[in-house]
Amino acid sequence: MKYIIAIIQPDRMDDVLDELTHQGIHLATVSEVMGRGRQKGISEVYRSHRESGGLLRKVKIEIAVNDEFLPAALAAVKKGGHTGHVGDGKVFVFDLEHVMRIRTGEEGPAAIG
Amino acid sequence: MRALFKPVFLILAVATISLFAQTTTPTPATAVIDSPALAQPQPAPVIAAVLPPSPVLAPEKPIDSGDTAWVLMATALVFLMTAPGLALFYGGLVRRKNILSVLMQCMSLMFALSLLWVMFGYSLSFGPDIHGLIGSTAWFGLNHVSLTHPFRDAATGLSYAPTIPHALFMLYQMMFAVITPALIIGAYAERIRFAPFMLFSILWSFAVYYPVCHWMWGIGGFLGSMNTSGTGAVDFAGGIVVHITAGISALAAALFLGKRKGYPDKMSPPHNLPLAVIGAGLLWFGWFGFNAGSALGANGLAVSAMLTTHIAGATAGLTWAGLDWIINRKPTMLGAITGAVGGLATITPASGFVDLWGAIAIGILAGLIPFLFVMVLKPRLNLDDTLDAWGVHGVGGIIGSIAVGLFANPLINGRTGMIYGNSSLFVSQLKAVGIVAVYSLTVSFLLMKLVDKISPMRASDHEERVGLDLTQHKESAYTVID
Repeated sequence: MKYIIAIIQPDRMDDVLDELTHQGIHLATVSEVMGRGRQKGISEVYRSHRESGGLLRKVKIEIAVNDEFLPAALAAVKKGGHTGHVGDGKVFVFDLEHVMRIRTGEEGPAAIG
Repeated sequence: MRALFKPVFLILAVATISLFAQTTTPTPATAVIDSPALAQPQPAPVIAAVLPPSPVLAPEKPIDSGDTAWVLMATALVFLMTAPGLALFYGGLVRRKNILSVLMQCMSLMFALSLLWVMFGYSLSFGPDIHGLIGSTAWFGLNHVSLTHPFRDAATGLSYAPTIPHALFMLYQMMFAVITPALIIGAYAERIRFAPFMLFSILWSFAVYYPVCHWMWGIGGFLGSMNTSGTGAVDFAGGIVVHITAGISALAAALFLGKRKGYPDKMSPPHNLPLAVIGAGLLWFGWFGFNAGSALGANGLAVSAMLTTHIAGATAGLTWAGLDWIINRKPTMLGAITGAVGGLATITPASGFVDLWGAIAIGILAGLIPFLFVMVLKPRLNLDDTLDAWGVHGVGGIIGSIAVGLFANPLINGRTGMIYGNSSLFVSQLKAVGIVAVYSLTVSFLLMKLVDKISPMRASDHEERVGLDLTQHKESAYTVID
């Protein structure tokens, strides 16, 4: 099992979620965050707003998948989130130790999705 | 853009000078019209020497301070309807990335159309009649618009408001000229670029609002009742002039610009419903000035208009919320305010002609029919009228303007509707509604084609995604962390 954190442009969120749905990946948690990358928060004109402290507005999508879905999830994030401009964001992948579905008590890979 | 500044500045300068000349030296023409008594021979030269007749101090028909005070207040109330009333109502209903664009559009119209009104608009709408179609430019820059005297038309003896200064009537009408194009924002919110929006609104004022205003309300206008026979269509506070012109143009705008990206499957709910509720409340509050102020005096007619306005708004809100409850299982806040605003828009043309029972009947119709348009018909037509400017104001304006012909009680304001046994008013209303609707639809469509050629009206895919606040104004309404 893998845990994916994708930091993307806010205006690409719908596209990324759409692409994930296409790949059969429904589980996702989204939050609005602020952050900075190599460009140190210097915004491209109109791309995103320049905030105090050099932080830019981003969307963070967290996705848990079983191992065989990892390539599809990465492809979906890339396809939906890519604009080719600085600030498109990053994807981080972690090994996921354990999952439990609260309602049924299912554990492990069966609890995802 | 820079080339524009010079002529605009010149116009401003000329207008300021003419206004100044007006205030310091009352023009003899106004004095003669307003004071026919002066033409009569003076009884004794001695008295004349002691008390020289002054057109300023002793007009033939003095202004009424109570009426003037009420219309001053009503003017401020109608101002409140555009900003912040309508601005917050619409602003709360859009997504958070677009709220500033809507507020800015309302505010900018307040700036631009106020200036346009004193320069050209008032003269074209209410100035000396040209063939019943448009006012002349004789009152350009408020020339001949007295700050102290009521206006009386020399040829017909008619007056817009016989007991308040002419300039106050002009100011009151200015607020109507501002809010009308602002209503259309509801149709193209979230997907229109700012510069073409401003251009369209200004051209629309010239091509639609000023002519229609003259047809209905100007002395000699060919549709309205401002003529010596006193017959023709009526529009107490703007059902035809305001709500039909704006509502029908909103339909044209929604058709012309097309659907927003992701409509209707991926539309978020209103981003801040409490703001929209505050906006609706302020609209309602301002509507007392809009309708009761249209009596142009502090009198029984104003009281009647305030009563019908309030009762129709309440009835329509209740009707919509009730329908919501029956059809969608729960009464919604959004439905309640939409219904109330619809009721207020619908009663507008009828507010000074119907009695309490007429108001309740109109309130029920205003809850029911727009509900069907917005909740049933709109999704089937796949029409993206973003904030229901057409479904509420257009449909409401049409219902109300026709309903006057049905429910007008002769005891209220002297005009008789169908249920009191007279069909001529009903026919006049149908004719006026038809002509104004077709005219507004056609002209708005042509104007949008024209503006679109000069500067594309529709926001680009990228602008729409990121939101109009950032792309059009480089601001965000809300921060994330701070």
